[in-house]
Amino acid sequence: MSFREEHDLHKRRFGRNLGVALVLVSFIFIVFGLTVVKVTRGDYEPENASIQRTG
Amino acid sequence: MSDASLNTQASTGDAEFGDYFALLKPRVMSLVVFTAAVGLLAAPGSVHPFVAFCAILFIAVGGGASGALNMWYDSDIDRVMKRTQSRPIPAGKVTEGEALAFGVALSGFSVVMLGLAANWVAAALLAFTIFFYVVIYTMWLKRWTPQNIVIGGAAGAFPPMIGWAVVTGGISIESVLMFTLTFMWTPPHFWALCLFMKSDYKDAGVPMLHVTHGRRATRNHILVYTLLLAVVAIGMGFTGVGGALYLATALLLNVLFVAGAISIWRRDEAMSEADDYAREKSFFKLSLLYLFLHFGAILGEAALAPYGLGGW
Repeated sequence: MSFREEHDLHKRRFGRNLGVALVLVSFIFIVFGLTVVKVTRGDYEPENASIQRTG
Repeated sequence: MSDASLNTQASTGDAEFGDYFALLKPRVMSLVVFTAAVGLLAAPGSVHPFVAFCAILFIAVGGGASGALNMWYDSDIDRVMKRTQSRPIPAGKVTEGEALAFGVALSGFSVVMLGLAANWVAAALLAFTIFFYVVIYTMWLKRWTPQNIVIGGAAGAFPPMIGWAVVTGGISIESVLMFTLTFMWTPPHFWALCLFMKSDYKDAGVPMLHVTHGRRATRNHILVYTLLLAVVAIGMGFTGVGGALYLATALLLNVLFVAGAISIWRRDEAMSEADDYAREKSFFKLSLLYLFLHFGAILGEAALAPYGLGGW
């Protein structure tokens, strides 16, 4: 029996690690998407900037 | 390392991703997502579609986090009851400490992210929902009063209010009525299930109404709550989220639901056992359709509004 044969434990850990990786990547996309939406919409512009633009 | 120690480690320390997901009570989460989405879409005003998607996601995560904390605190009950023995903690896949850490982390994460993505009123409502479900219901009332399911139902009723607050940044009569609809619906829905499910709440020491006051009292309670629910459901038809479609749906469903509750009230255990609780089972199935169609009708009114057809 090979020493490197994969134990069921490793399969479970791989699945869990893959899941965590996908969640983290999704979180990056969510934060990026929210940032784009809020910056495009002007949520974070100072009030005087919007006054100058409209004036 | 002995075989015994290997088994112990495998049964407590190496849960799969799905075991952590199961801690979030995905079936309850689907109701949370649906009602929160309806609250969000029915609210006056609009938010960016991506913000709406993220808000519903964070509301779902918050609901799931409270589910994980519920499983952490109730793991002693879950070990006793057959229905819950396969949950991740009693099954030995996730430790109690892991579930607690997971629940606390996701609770904080979901509230902060909802505040940043939408607004802090919605985030505060989500935080209160988690607090209410975990502390008021799970830790305090569930093991203390047979009215536990009535008060606990409030936790499941908050999502449409949170969805509404995401758009409006506040609370209104319509969002309170959407809350009340789910709040009043939960007791007859759950007590009907209790009548035909042979559960072991007694062994677990949970004072459910049918255990403490008997099945006759449970049937009486189902009728009273169904009548109160009908008033709320039909009354909502005359508010800003109502309209002809909603009112027609509510009238039809409440006639059927009240008829079902009267039928259950008029029966005794001998009659129910004779047909294997057929009326109770059909009432429970109708209750699932009842909530789905009421919120579906609210959504329908919101969808028709741009064409001048929804609302009054």
